[in-house]
Order: sequence, then C-alpha cells, then structure tokens
Amino acid sequence: MLDVRGLRKVYEGSGRRVEAVRDLSLTVEAGELVCLVGPSGCGKTTLLKCVGGLLTATAGEVLLEGRRVTGPPPGMAFVFQEYGRSLFPWLRVGANVELPLKQKGLAGARRRELVADALESVGLADAAGAYPWQLSGGMQQRVAIARALAYEPRVLLMDEPFAAVDAQTRADLEDLVRGLWRERGMTILFVTHDIDEAVYLGERVVVLSASPTVVREQLKVDLPASRDQLHTRVAPRFAELRTHVYEQIQAAKRGAPARVTASDRPPPH
Amino acid sequence: MRRLLLRVFLVLALPVLLLLAWWVASDGSTQVYWPPLRTILRTFPDVWTGERLRADVLPSVLRLLAGYGTAAVAGVALGTLIGSHRRVRAVCEPVLEFLRAVPPPVLVPVIMLFAGIGDTMKIVVIASGCVWPVLLNTVEGVRAVDPVMLDTARCYGITGPARLRHLVLRGASPQIFAGLRQALSLGIILMVISEMFAASDGIGFTIVQFQRGFAIPGMWTGILVLGLLGFLLSVVFRLVERRVLDWYHGLRASARRSP
Repeated sequence: MLDVRGLRKVYEGSGRRVEAVRDLSLTVEAGELVCLVGPSGCGKTTLLKCVGGLLTATAGEVLLEGRRVTGPPPGMAFVFQEYGRSLFPWLRVGANVELPLKQKGLAGARRRELVADALESVGLADAAGAYPWQLSGGMQQRVAIARALAYEPRVLLMDEPFAAVDAQTRADLEDLVRGLWRERGMTILFVTHDIDEAVYLGERVVVLSASPTVVREQLKVDLPASRDQLHTRVAPRFAELRTHVYEQIQAAKRGAPARVTASDRPPPH
Repeated sequence: MRRLLLRVFLVLALPVLLLLAWWVASDGSTQVYWPPLRTILRTFPDVWTGERLRADVLPSVLRLLAGYGTAAVAGVALGTLIGSHRRVRAVCEPVLEFLRAVPPPVLVPVIMLFAGIGDTMKIVVIASGCVWPVLLNTVEGVRAVDPVMLDTARCYGITGPARLRHLVLRGASPQIFAGLRQALSLGIILMVISEMFAASDGIGFTIVQFQRGFAIPGMWTGILVLGLLGFLLSVVFRLVERRVLDWYHGLRASARRSP
C-alpha cells in the first residue's frame, strides 16, 4: 500500500545543514494501523510530510499503491497536530468539512451526506453550524478528523494529533481513532511521541532512532483487536510491550545501536 | 433596552458636549473668521440645499468612491501577487518604499499634466494615494497566512482560484481591512485636496469658493459637511467590516478568554 524506500531528507539553510532523515525504509500494508514513535526532536514530522507529499525528499522515494508520490496524492488525508491552525476559522464546522469535497467536484447531495456522516462518526452531529473557535480543543481535533474522514482517503496520516489536548480528551480520541479504523478499514500512519499511545493504538509500532532518523525496530503489537482504556492498559502484555518500546527509545536517545535488526516479531513473553 | 439607551448616551455624550462648548465659546464672537456656531447652523440649510447636494456633494462622493474602489481592487490584486512570491517581493520592495514615501498631494500637479483637470485627474489622485495602505497591508496579510493552513489546503486539493478565495484572501482579510480603513480617511483628504486645484464643483471647491468670497459661515458649514461625510462613511465601513470579519472578532474574543 505504502512503500517508503531509502528516504533521506536534508534541510539546507543559512549555512546550516541538518540531516533530519537518513536512509529510511518502511512498508505499510493496506488496512494496517501503524504507529511511528521516536525520541522527541527526531524527524517524525519531516518523515510524515515527505510521505504526504508536502516535502520533497532529498533522496529515495515514497510509493502509494505503486505510484510515486510527488505532491499530496488524492487518496491521502492529513490530520495535523495544530488543529487550531489547520481548520479555517472563517468557515463554520460544516463548511470546513465540505470544502475539500467541493474541490473534489462532488455533487451537493453527496457532499451533504458525507459531511453529516463524518460529523456523526466523530460525535459532533450538531456542531456543523458552529465556528471551530467556539469549540474546545478536543472537539476541534474531532472536526479535523471528520474532515479527513469525509475526504474518503485510503491512507490517513496523523501527525501527533493528540499532543495538544488534555489526558482525558486524549483517551477518548484514541478510542475514536481506533474505532474508526476498525469500522472503515482505512490505512492509518500515526506519528506520536507517546509510547503508551503508540502501543495502545497500533497494530504495529515502528521505533525510530534519534535524528538523523532511521528505523530502529519494528514491533508487532499482539494485543487483542478490541482494546479499551480500562483493561488493555493494565494487561501484562501491554506493560511488556511498552517497557520494550521505552527501552528502545531510551537507547535511541543515547545513540546506542539497535540490538536486533529489522525484527518484525514481538519480544518473547 | 436599558443597555441600548446607555449605548446611545455613551455615543452621543462627547459630541454633544463639544458642540455645547463650541456654542458657548463662540456665542458672543464678533470676529469675522470665528463666527458664532448659532450663525453657522442658521446658514447651514440655506447653503446645503438639495440642489447643492446634487451639484457638489454627489460629484465629490462619486469621485471618492471611484478612486477608492480602484485603489482597493488594484491594492488587493497587486498586494496578493507581491505577497505570494518572494522574488516579486524582492524586486518590488525598494520601489514600493520609495513611492509610499512620496506624499500623494504633491502628485496633484504632476497628475494634472497627464490626466488634465477633469474627473479623471481627481480619481487618479485619490486612487494613487489610497492604493499604498491597501497594497502594503495586503502584502503583509498574504505573507502571514498560516503555513499549517497552507499545508492543509495542499493536502485536501484546495489549489488555484479556490486557494486564493478560501484561504489566502480570507486569511489576509483582517490586514486588508486595516489597510482599507486607513485608505478611507486618506481618500477623503485627497478628495478635498484634488478639488482645491482646478475644479468647478465638489465639496472642496465649495469651501474654497466661500473662503475666497469671505462667506465665512458658509465655509464653516462646508467643513461640517466634510466631517459628517467622513463619519457616515466610517459607519458604513464598520458595518461592512463587522459582517466580513465576524469570524475574526469572535476568534480574538475566544483567544482572550482561554489564552
């Protein structure tokens, strides 16, 4: 579905040369929910923007369904961390969700149907007439998710979408994303710096190294498909996985080399 | 109801007080250039008859609107172009700074050479002065459009004219309106000045005529008319702005409530 091959991104400007991503390869299967987690300040956002066609890679390539990504591809939607700066404050919630559909050239009736359905899915059916800034942070991010859903993407990219909301809202939104993923069968690539979130949400967790970023480890999350905040988070297997990821991140921060290369297997019980 | 009355009172209190002060201070005045307000107000209806409104005020206002409208369209269009492209900005910036620094009234004699002494000259004078605040504010507004919103637009296929209409111009609209507001007061000044040179009608022309004919109360009524016109235009401007920038005021208010 999504193939990242030998991706490298170097920022050059004002005499400084920063290598954010170095030779990174990654594959995401159709319908998978993959979480990318790495130490803060590693090139997570850069990587995601390259995948989404918002940044041009210095070397390597990104393939979506076998086609090379050169700009934002039509079948891909993006949810940004800064919800307040991603929704248009001059448009009401409904119009914000609808605008991309207008650009797609969908007919009015179909657009209204998609907007209503998307807002319903995120629990904001009655907020269509409000302005984004009249809503709380968590609700604004729900609107951004609704906008992405209505766009009917095959791949959804999420860049630390819950980093700026409070812990309780974050738990609700995690369950929302997980529920939507199971219900709609989209492919989701979810970037986070929160280890618990990565393990709780993902079917697979990709641990990234410190900048310049490469894939440090890939880890299959063998938790049951149906997860909930109360039980999953206290399950012994959850603790094992999160401890493992935590160790990897700590090691990545110290710059220690990964023990095992490219294991797609979970650590032993 | 009580809040409405209070509002009306707050709006009217200071103007009434100032008029009263003027009335009292000028009441016994025997100086020719400083007639009592009583005399000025008595002269007012005799001077500003329906005929004069049609023959002098209307042409002034039409020229103002034509010049202001031209400046608004040209300023927003050029400002968007310059603000969107770094290269164009680099080329234009020094020239803009120079042209902006030239006080528009000194252009009147020059513009007269090219545009004659008719309406065209006056409209060109108004437009050439009003265009700068609109242009420079638009450039800044367009430059300041949020990069996250620009990324969002790219991701969701909002490109080309739709991007301009739904993102760039809307995002820059608070700044554009700040420029339009400055341009409006500048436009009134230039309207009067342009009518003081080689004119045969207009409010500025009438004021100068009265002054030259020593019809001093008439001259003062002209100044009052200008003040009223300026007030009226700014009320209309504010109504339009409130409609267009409704979201912006709400956004700012909500940002103040939860920092």
